Order: sequence, then C-alpha cells, then structure tokens
Amino acid sequence: MKTTRLIIVAVGGQGNLLASKVIGEAALLSGIPVGMSEIHGMAQRGGVVESAIVFGDAQSNIIADGEADVVVGFEPLETLRALNKCNADTIVITSLAPLSPSTATTGSCPYPELKKLQAIIRAKTAKLIAFDAAALAAQTGNVLAVNMVLLGALIQTGTIPLTVDNVKKAITIISKKAFAASNLAAFELGFYAAKTSC
Amino acid sequence: MHRLLKARPGQKMLLLGNEAIARGAIEAGVAVATTYPGTPSSEISMNFFQISLETDLYFEYSTNEKVALEVAAATANCGVRSICVMKHVGLNVAADALLTLAYVGVKGGLVIVTADDPFMFSSQNEQDNRYYAKLAGLPLLEPSSAQEAKDMVAYAFDLSEKLQEPVIFRTTTRINHSTETVITGEIQAPQPLGNYTKDPFNHVPIPAVARKLHARLLNRLKEAEEISETSAYNISAGNGRWGIVCNSVSYKYVLDAVTDLNMGGKTKLLRIGFSHPLPKALLKDFLKGCEKVLVVEEGEPYMEEALKAFAQEEGLTLPIKGKSEELFSRLYEFNPAIVRQCLATYFDVAYTAPAVLDLSDLPEIPQRPPTLCAGCSHRATFYVVKKAAEDMETICPTDIGCYTLGFLPPLSMGDFLICMGSSVGTSCGFSKVTNKKVIAFIGDSTFFHSGIPALINAVFNNHNFTLVILDNGTTAMTGHQPNPGVDMKALNLEGYGHVSIEAIVRAAGVSQVAAIRPYRVKKSIATAKEALNYKGVSVIISQEPCTLYAKSLKKLRGKPFFVSEKCKNHKDCINALACPAFFIQNKRVKIDPTLCGGCTVCAQICPENAILPLKQET
Repeated sequence: MKTTRLIIVAVGGQGNLLASKVIGEAALLSGIPVGMSEIHGMAQRGGVVESAIVFGDAQSNIIADGEADVVVGFEPLETLRALNKCNADTIVITSLAPLSPSTATTGSCPYPELKKLQAIIRAKTAKLIAFDAAALAAQTGNVLAVNMVLLGALIQTGTIPLTVDNVKKAITIISKKAFAASNLAAFELGFYAAKTSC
Repeated sequence: MHRLLKARPGQKMLLLGNEAIARGAIEAGVAVATTYPGTPSSEISMNFFQISLETDLYFEYSTNEKVALEVAAATANCGVRSICVMKHVGLNVAADALLTLAYVGVKGGLVIVTADDPFMFSSQNEQDNRYYAKLAGLPLLEPSSAQEAKDMVAYAFDLSEKLQEPVIFRTTTRINHSTETVITGEIQAPQPLGNYTKDPFNHVPIPAVARKLHARLLNRLKEAEEISETSAYNISAGNGRWGIVCNSVSYKYVLDAVTDLNMGGKTKLLRIGFSHPLPKALLKDFLKGCEKVLVVEEGEPYMEEALKAFAQEEGLTLPIKGKSEELFSRLYEFNPAIVRQCLATYFDVAYTAPAVLDLSDLPEIPQRPPTLCAGCSHRATFYVVKKAAEDMETICPTDIGCYTLGFLPPLSMGDFLICMGSSVGTSCGFSKVTNKKVIAFIGDSTFFHSGIPALINAVFNNHNFTLVILDNGTTAMTGHQPNPGVDMKALNLEGYGHVSIEAIVRAAGVSQVAAIRPYRVKKSIATAKEALNYKGVSVIISQEPCTLYAKSLKKLRGKPFFVSEKCKNHKDCINALACPAFFIQNKRVKIDPTLCGGCTVCAQICPENAILPLKQET
C-alpha cells in the first residue's frame, strides 16, 4: 500500500495528541497500517508538539525534512515553522488563529503578519487551506475542539486513506462522552470549511 | 477496568510503546514494579500505578532509581517477578546497586527498563546505556517496535530466571513514544508472595564471596552469549554481500531505505535485538559472507567496535563502517532520510535526495520555548527571591524539574546544573571558593531524590548558602507523580506515609528555616531577605501547589484578572514575570482570561495597581 506521511503541529494543550489518537483508531477500524510518533515531554509547558503519522507499507514512524505529504497546523506560526517538513507537492492545512509565543509577546521578535505567512506557504507548497479553526470550534460551544475542526478539514482533502465514517466512529470511541457531540459537530464544520476555503 | 487489563488475548489495539511494555510485563505475570519517573519512561509506570489500584500488582514510586532497584532486587531475590523502570540517567543513580547486583544475581525474573533519549528531547544528556550492560556484565535486549517491546518483556523475564541475573531492557524515545498496532497475548497470573532463602555466602559480597561471584557472573555471561547466538530476536534477512547490522528503531529506517533504494537483492541484514553479550559466532559468520558492512545504530559505536574486534580475531579485512564524518553521527537521532542517504553513499547506489524547499527567504520565526505555566508558583518564588537578592551578587545553582525553566529571561534564576540533586552539592563548592551569595533551587521531589545527603554535607562541613525548596506538592515535570511530601489521603489514596520537608531539613541540622507562600509577594520578600542574610546554611521552603495540577484536580480557586484603564504601560508585569497569560494588543498589555489562574502576583507588583479581578469589570 502506498505510503502517506502526515505531520500535525500544534502548541501544547491544543489537543494534537487526541487528534492523532482519533486518526490512529480510524486507521485501525479501516485495517490500514499506521505508525505514529509523538514528542511529549514539555508539551504541557506551552512548547511545540509535533506528531508524525505514517500510513501504508513504510515501517518508519517518523518523517524526515521535506518528506511530508500533508501538514496540518493548529496554529499559523507553527505551520510556518513546519515548512521544513514540506516539499513542493505537500498539501498544507492551517488554522489562522494565532497563539502568540512569549518571545513575540515581549516584542523581541514580532509575530509574522498572517497574510504574508499564508502567501509564503502558498508559494512554496502545492495547496494551502487556511481558516480560523478557533472561531469554528467556538461555534460548537467547545473552544477546545480546534483539533476536530482541523481533522474535518484534513479528511475533506482526501489526502489520507481514511473514510468520513470511520473517522466519525473513531471520534465517538476516543472522545469523552460529554464532548462527543461537539467534537462531531466541529469535525463537520471543518470538513465544510475545507470544501469552501481554498 | 484498565484498558491494558481489559484487552483480550489476540486483540489488536493501538498502543504507545510504553503501554506495550506495561502490557508485556502484565502478560509475563509481573508482581512488583518500582520506578522513579522520568521522560521518556514515565507512561510505563503511570500504567503500572493505575493497574496496581485494581490488581495484586505491587507498585511504588520510589524516592530515587537506586532505591527503586534495591526494592526490586530484594523482591526478585524472593522469587517474585519484578520490573524496575527509569530513564537513562536514572541508571547512573542506580549504577551502584546494579553493578554488584550483577554479582549477587536474582532468583525470580528482574527486568530493568532504561529509556534512552537520543536527541535529548527531554533530558540533559544522550548517554548510550548499552554500555551499562557491558560494564555490569548483564544481558541486554533492545526492541524495534511496540509489538516487539511487548513480546520481549516476557522473553526478558524468562531469560532473567534462566540466567539468574537481571536483564537490561533498553528503549529509546522513538520506541517509548511511538504508537503502533499491537496484538495482545495471554495474561499470566502474578505470584505476589515470595520466599527468601538465606544464603549469605552468595548474597553478601565481602571480598572472598565477591571473587567467587565475579567468576560465576562470567560463566553466566558465557551462557547468555550462547542464548544470544540462537535468539529469535537477532533477525537476519537477505543473501547479498552488502552487510547491514542494525538495532532498535534504526531497523525500521533500514528496512525502508533498502526498499526505497531498491537494493534488497544485494543486501544481507542482521537486526540485533539481544545486544549483550553479542552473538559472536553469528556475527563472525555474517562478516565472512560480506564484501563490506555498514553498522546502523544511534548513539555510540557499540556494535561497530565489537564487529571490528570480531573481524580482527578472524583475520578479516573487509571494510566495516558506521560512525564517521561522511556517514553516521554519534549525535542526536536518525531518521529515514539520514539512513537512506548513508546506505546510498556507503554502498555507492545511485540516489538523488528529494528536493527540499528553499526557506532562506522566510521571515524570522519567533521561537516558542517551553515556559513556566501561567500562574506557576515557581515564577512567583523566583521573582520573590530575585527581589530579595537584588543588592547581592549571586550564583544560583538549579536542579531538575519544571523550575529549571526559571533560568530563562526575564527570571534568569538558574546558573549551573549537572544532575538530580546537584543544586545542593554544587552550592557547597561555589560558596567555598567565591565571595558571591549562593542561592540554590530544588523541587520537592528532587530534594527527596538526592538533595538530602548534600544538605547534610552542607551542615556538617559548615557551608554558606541558601537553599530554596520549591514545594509544589507533586512531581510536576513528568506528569504529576506523587512524592513522599505529598499528602496521599487528600488524593483519596490509602496506605501511604507522609514525610515533612521541614522536619527533614531541621533534623539535618539546619537552624535557619523559613516557609513562604510565594503568592504573598511582599511578605515573602521580607522572609527571603532574612534567610539570604544568614551566614551558614539557610533553607526557604516555598509552598504553593502546582497550578496545572491544582487545575486538573479542580482545586484552583483563583479568578482571572484583567488590565484596567489605570495601566500606564510600565510593562513591569511582562518584563519581570513574562507570564504566558499576558499578550500585547494594540501596544497595550492584556491578560488572556482563559489562561490566568488568578495568582495575583502581577497585580501585586503593578506600580499603578491597574491589574484587577475580572469580575470588577462586569
């Protein structure tokens, strides 16, 4: 089976690991070989959290620079930082809701302008899908559902070998009961946003 | 029921490498598990802890890795299957126990898990613990995947019992923190009750006994080598003349590279999973069939050096390479591209690396360093002590925990660190040969781990410094494990004692002991000043729960604050504290109410008293 390499980048606390879990569970439901690698450690201390998810026949669970087929960024600055994982054929999906790091907050290095940031990514990769995932998550009444919004957008692109049904099933399995409905709603919103926001 | 217990034999489930190791131990009927937490090993113990609440498994968070190993050494010598889990540097702490335990041996299986951390994702060094197996003369196993990690634990227990020696089980971060599909096996019922047979002439290594035991260890090592020769964990594949020897996670990168470079017909692969003692005869045979050999191993040239020695014994002159300028580095971790490139270079296979993007025109991207959380009590303590010491020239040895991050500006409280507990020991040295005020910082768990002997040293040898013990009531950095200072009853956990840090400090002979609540800024500064001015050893115990932990226990009482119109943009709050709850909008300081935990420290230091509780606004 063809190998597909997905990178998810986020800021600690944005639910990257939960999104990866859902994807892994959906792959298990679909009988698709999957391997994932995450860096935990300082995740809760506001640092960057990166997950690598490899579908298909490849054995390796990590993804070298320039070798990601898809990059999903939960935060625009982190998406920009992950450009080193992309090549000219990579599809990039990003939220446009910034979480300013302390280095930008205190003014030592400014946060890049969002328009310019998108132009750079668009120029260097095959396709950029960008929208404010935090605003969509807020619409579901669950501001923490940014991860599910972006998961919806990812599935809409058809770039990873998972069906909508299996991902939804996985969301129901993995989510805490109280959040299952809002997570599914967030997934739908993200799916729709990706359809309309290229 | 815990998900690792619930899984039926033959069930396919997605497991983190660390979960797979825990399940493997449960399948092997482990009855005792001990640990000191440390990334990337922590989830193994976390699972044991949870499982112990609903089974007969005895689990403990020991005060340090040496104690953890001693506990497990005893239980294993009573015939009870035991596992001892730690991160790689933990084995340094346990090394004293380890090297003589190898002489004394075990009766029941003892597996020592060491989680190495190439690239130092969350560690202070990237030492290669395979050398501990060589140093101690103990068998060493290294899995390449989560499935193998699970299966290998049971093998490790059997091996340990066969050889009557502990077995070292070495992982790396990419094994611990990879998630893969694992097929579960049968769970063996644990035998938690042991029996100790007195045998002092084998168990008390006075010189005469130890001389005998060392000879016995070498014999056991020989037996281990014979087992390694035929172990199913040393996997060979291919009939080519290009030899590739690899271990651990590198195996996967090699498999992918051989496929990608389409060189399968020419290669002969040997994956070593039983890596001490190395299967000498197997490796010599392997070398004889090869034109040239590449050794693919992260870290040190452990197998490479051995292979070169074996070749010398056989009078073989074929090229054997691994670590070199143009091939693999001893630094950091590998990835599929590095391994692909090195295979292509060494075996001279046509290969053009995929084009990478030109990123030279990217604007400067602000870094996102990990920081102390919004409202972290450590930030308050650092601010208080820094304020109290503002007229002094200081040296601030720090220690291992979240608070190490206090070394970053603007707090800049952390000058020197080598290992767990070193803040206290190094303070003795710094204060002896400089005229500067020495202020050491250590967390509660680290103090219990290895700060206490150095504090006693300081009192006995009459040193002169202030030790600040940051007591946030948990081992926060590794995921909120308990320590002896934690009131376990408050967590509804029965059967634990409780050790007072203050009582220990006083019992060590420190007479100048002060407690502060760092969120009370003014009062704390006054108390800290007094302690800093004391000549001799003084201790400040700064008590405030970890805000992240308090939040997760739903015990956080503070309400968010906001910056009112009174703000004149001095930005003292940002410049002195740099709490991540602050952000700048239209050149004005704002507070993110979803992050602010209401610690009130910024409100107390604002010269305009402009930071107010949010409810006053509405």
